[in-house]
Amino acid sequence: MSDVYAPRGTARVIETAGAWLLAVLWIAPLVYATWTAFHPSEFATRFSLFAPLTLDNFARAWEAAPFARYFLNTFVLVTGILVAQIVLCTLAAYAFARYEFPGATLAFAVVLAQLMIMPDVLIVENYKTMGRLGILDTIPAIGLPYVASAFGIFLLRQTFKTVPKELDDAAKVEGASPLQVLWRVYVPLGRPVYVAYALVSVSYHWNNFLWPLIVTNSVESRPLTVGLQVFSSTDQGIDWSIICAATLMTSAPLLLGFLLFQRQFVQSFMRAGIR
Amino acid sequence: MTRRFDRSWIHAWLMLGPSLALLALFTHWPAVATIIDSFYSTPRPRRPSRMVGFENFEQMTADPVFWQAVWNNLWFALGTIPVSIALALLMAIWVNDRIAGRTLVRMAYFTPTVLPMIAVANIWLFFYTPQYGLLAQVLGVFGVQSPNWLGSKDTALAAVTLVAVWKEAGFFMIFYLAALQTISPTLAEAAALEGASRWTYFRRVQFPLLMPTTLFVLVNAVIGAFRTIDHIVVLTKGGPDNATLLLLYYIYQVGFSFWDTGYAAALTVVLLATLGLIAIIQYGVLERRIHYR
Repeated sequence: MSDVYAPRGTARVIETAGAWLLAVLWIAPLVYATWTAFHPSEFATRFSLFAPLTLDNFARAWEAAPFARYFLNTFVLVTGILVAQIVLCTLAAYAFARYEFPGATLAFAVVLAQLMIMPDVLIVENYKTMGRLGILDTIPAIGLPYVASAFGIFLLRQTFKTVPKELDDAAKVEGASPLQVLWRVYVPLGRPVYVAYALVSVSYHWNNFLWPLIVTNSVESRPLTVGLQVFSSTDQGIDWSIICAATLMTSAPLLLGFLLFQRQFVQSFMRAGIR
Repeated sequence: MTRRFDRSWIHAWLMLGPSLALLALFTHWPAVATIIDSFYSTPRPRRPSRMVGFENFEQMTADPVFWQAVWNNLWFALGTIPVSIALALLMAIWVNDRIAGRTLVRMAYFTPTVLPMIAVANIWLFFYTPQYGLLAQVLGVFGVQSPNWLGSKDTALAAVTLVAVWKEAGFFMIFYLAALQTISPTLAEAAALEGASRWTYFRRVQFPLLMPTTLFVLVNAVIGAFRTIDHIVVLTKGGPDNATLLLLYYIYQVGFSFWDTGYAAALTVVLLATLGLIAIIQYGVLERRIHYR
């Protein structure tokens, strides 16, 4: 950005102070959780610079609930959804971007409807469907409603449309089938968009709560978010230190990923949102 | 159109097939089934479901809890949408300038977006706890007696609204930041040559250029206001005395605590109609300006 209008002098001081104040407010819950998780419980509500550090809360939280299982469930869920989404959305996006066929406009409108009517709203009917399919309380039941993603199809369609048609024709002249063209030409060119989409999808499903809460009721299928909720609400007499430790554990992978890939993360959110 | 049959049509439909089938199964059919179900009574062990016409909707109009949920949701929307958008814009402008520690500040704003709402809601629960919660302690320093934020009907809705604003503002900031960075610096130089003040530059140049982004963010914020309920589950469960009951939470309650699926379907129809209305506005007015420029 040009610096013509960059604040100077007093304005600059005020602006910086304001930005920092808001930043402190915004990060406060995380700072608090970190403080409490690493100190003995008697310091959860009492702040002292000289409080001893401890990892005990993490150990107690880890033992108090089957977090290893929850982590595994979430991992399976998130990767399963992502892989299925990428395959299905790529195929659909390619059809929309490069084929002219009767009903294309209608089909596209039908897909876009899902941008508004997310599965989260249709919990009662989707619960019935899962019951009929006999897969209640399983990981596939959590993921299935999200596998066909209008957002993903839309995003990839826009990307594929920017690929020059000549590349396509050249590959066809070489005797490549449509799927080979898709795999060799379009998928590699769409890589940044795949990364962006993957980040959005992973963080959404890692954090998703209501639908998993409804559709699961056993340790074998519960993801982290639901496990954390069950854990923190059944606890007799709230132990904030353990809850904070569990909270940090639950969000740690995403948080670490975010800290490591901050730049790419922010840029990919931009890319994903703006296209 | 009189186009000859083409083999590529089959290819296209084969590629679309899996996605369309799943969308139909988990989005379109459930939406239609919800509308159908809303005209039927809830099946009970001794009383199978039967057609009841508009009875569910009549029950709804007479249900004070439903109206409270509608009003709560409107207040929640009115509280979250303008504040989170305004904050997002302010944050974006701040972190777009070269202030000290810009990367850190930007990260701080964005952190709530990455954290699971269900996890941070637990922390907010502590902040709001009376007597020894963080807010109570901070107020205590100034000798002010802290109210029971989540336990009092007067403050509970505002308290959950604040958490939603905190969660969303940083997410919206990203879109503004991206849009700000596409504004050509020559515009700022030209405006400066004309002697425009910074405020004029913002009002006449930056803000109008950000309009498509604002509309996009607005639509997302409106949808979000009718869909986010994770923190309600942790913080208040709709209470006290339904003061924080939002529509989707009421649907969840009616459907999965009272198992009144017929009534839940009628409630869902209201929510679907609301989201549909937003959809019409988006596709009718905003689509060309945002997606296909």
